Amino acid sequence: MSAELLGWSIFISQIFLGLAMVLAAVRVLWGPRAQDRVLALDTVYVIAATLLLTFGIRTGGTLYFEAALVIALLGFVGTAALAKFLMRGEVIE
Amino acid sequence: MIEVIEVADIPLWAAILTSLLLLLGSGLTLIGAVGLLRLGSFYERVHAPTLGTTLGIGSVLIASMLFFSVLQTRPVLHELLIAAFMVVTTPITLTLLARAALYRDRREGNEEVPARRG
Repeated sequence: MSAELLGWSIFISQIFLGLAMVLAAVRVLWGPRAQDRVLALDTVYVIAATLLLTFGIRTGGTLYFEAALVIALLGFVGTAALAKFLMRGEVIE
Repeated sequence: MIEVIEVADIPLWAAILTSLLLLLGSGLTLIGAVGLLRLGSFYERVHAPTLGTTLGIGSVLIASMLFFSVLQTRPVLHELLIAAFMVVTTPITLTLLARAALYRDRREGNEEVPARRG
């Protein structure tokens, strides 16, 4: 009973998160300007971390948690570097 | 190797709570993504994904914490690491990004820039 409930809710939330990722990817492709693309890419990173956490709940392993942590870290670094690039035209001065 | 633990012996109340938190988090993330796609200008769009970065990933983290704590019958708190990281970094990145967008729009003389304060 509880395993069935959990399986269905994880399935539905993975569909929601996949749909959200597709919508953010459409915004990455559509633009219209560079800052919109960077914002949407940051959203894709956050959704990917959330999706990995749901995979972790589904399998019961702790490996997915570490992957989610690494993705969150890389998303922060990437977005900060891209924002600096949009501001100044170069990343490292 | 991924160790697979049987989820069948988790109590019903924990399963219901975990399911509700998962659906809440993923639903809010989806609403944020729809907002990112549908809102008109960049300065409106920059608000939408924060729905996913705060309560969206937050509820999924709480669900994961609850699930593993019940499953392993001991408090599992390492999800707080991601939560703290998200709370610290999201305002920084979005402020940097909005400031860069403002700078670019002002330099090009764009019309839809928010008014200068003071």
